[in-house]
Amino acid sequence: MSTPGQTIVSLRHVGKTFDRGTVALDGFDFEVRNGEFVSLLGPSGCGKSTALRIIAGLSAASAGAVEWPNGMGRIGFVFQEPTLMPWANVAANVQLPLTLAGADMTSSHMRVTQSLERVGLANFAEAFPRELSGGMKMRTSIARALVTEPQLLLMDEPFAALDEITRFKLNNDLLAVWRELRRTVVFVTHSVFESVYLSQRIVVMTPRPGRVFKELAIDAPYPRDERFRTSPEYAGFCRQVAETLGKAMAAGDAP
Amino acid sequence: MSERILRIALPILVLAIGLLIWYLVIQIFAIPPFVLPSPGIVLATLIADGSLLWNSLLVTLGITFEGFLLAAVGGIGFAILFNQLRLVEYSLYPYAVILQVTPIVAVAPLLLIYLPQHLAVLACAWIVAFFPVLANTTLGLNSVDHNLLSLFELYKASRWQVLWNLKLPSALPQMLAGLRIAGGLSLIGAVVAEIAAGSAGAGSGLAYRIAESGYRLNIPRMFAALLLLSLAGVAIFFTLSAISHLLLRRWHESAIARER
Repeated sequence: MSTPGQTIVSLRHVGKTFDRGTVALDGFDFEVRNGEFVSLLGPSGCGKSTALRIIAGLSAASAGAVEWPNGMGRIGFVFQEPTLMPWANVAANVQLPLTLAGADMTSSHMRVTQSLERVGLANFAEAFPRELSGGMKMRTSIARALVTEPQLLLMDEPFAALDEITRFKLNNDLLAVWRELRRTVVFVTHSVFESVYLSQRIVVMTPRPGRVFKELAIDAPYPRDERFRTSPEYAGFCRQVAETLGKAMAAGDAP
Repeated sequence: MSERILRIALPILVLAIGLLIWYLVIQIFAIPPFVLPSPGIVLATLIADGSLLWNSLLVTLGITFEGFLLAAVGGIGFAILFNQLRLVEYSLYPYAVILQVTPIVAVAPLLLIYLPQHLAVLACAWIVAFFPVLANTTLGLNSVDHNLLSLFELYKASRWQVLWNLKLPSALPQMLAGLRIAGGLSLIGAVVAEIAAGSAGAGSGLAYRIAESGYRLNIPRMFAALLLLSLAGVAIFFTLSAISHLLLRRWHESAIARER
């Protein structure tokens, strides 16, 4: 386990061109530091999801390098959709990473229960995905990502499809989990408000090709709650980030 | 009246009307039983020839079941093989299609020349029933959620784990749909082959009884045998539907009543 603040993964001049010729990333430089909550912010099609998939090893960079100074640790990934197996109940879905790793039943069961408690789904272990609301499905997906106790949690616009009330609730719960477990989170979003509320650091990207435009620090103390969400300080950060995003959009050659 | 009652009552009503028209036509035009027997005579024949027809039914059902079983094993087996080994799929899939599109009635007489009768009939049942299982299972195995595949890749799942924990359960609804079609088709395959073999004069299945009764102008027995065949087909369909429902009822939309 590396010390807080140390770089756990860095992407250097990473480029990604898809088979059809689309350039998703070009000269993308990005560092993730241990224990931080960092957001990648940009419009859809700016390559932020691609960057996340490259970090996870689900996609290979066409150019540049991905470096893990202390070796690649365990990774949890939360997709935009809950991505649950509809034929398996909540407990079995959460247990999947452990099952695939061949973990023994007793310890798996304990960790699944613990992970479900953490996201507030302890009473829904036996339920099937189709019986759950959108927010609960996403909670299951987060519980599954946390069950292996990953060093790095990658989240690809996980709350984009949820209503605002549910999203705010999940934002709060995610922050609570992050503060309790002290994991590193890379959060991809296209929402200025969400990125400011959650992150310590926001990386604003330009579209087509995806590249880092500017990094902004959100120097507001945690815990952040509803009071922070309605504070002038929060509004100020949001304005600053929104302006930067506007400039980034103008800098890219997007329409 | 609730929809459930209507779904049962209406088909029964249609049946009753049909039987009544059948009966009246025979009465009005004074049609003799050796041209068109009345429903009553068909029923009487079914009872009188009961043990003969029942034994024939068992023979046909036996072949159907064997053909279905082989089609299920073969169809699912080849679908898995094709899914795992692309080159095998490219090499063999066209021939599976050819096997499917060649009319079985035309193939049956040839098979009867080269194979013993029992095997020839079985082969026919297998050929017709095999393809829907193969095609549907292949479709299911290829339609796995891409994000779930990524997830399995992220957790370094082995090829076997991806197949067993992801692809097969995910393909189950399509696989069961294929099997449901295959059940009815294997009966058709067995009947076609028996009819083709019937002219050779050796057989004891229900389709053979129909052919035999035809030569002897025993029209009521033809009807009785035909009735038994339809009932067997319906029974096969309902059994497979029930199995499919039991396996999917917890999670698949097709097996869950829509709430309004």
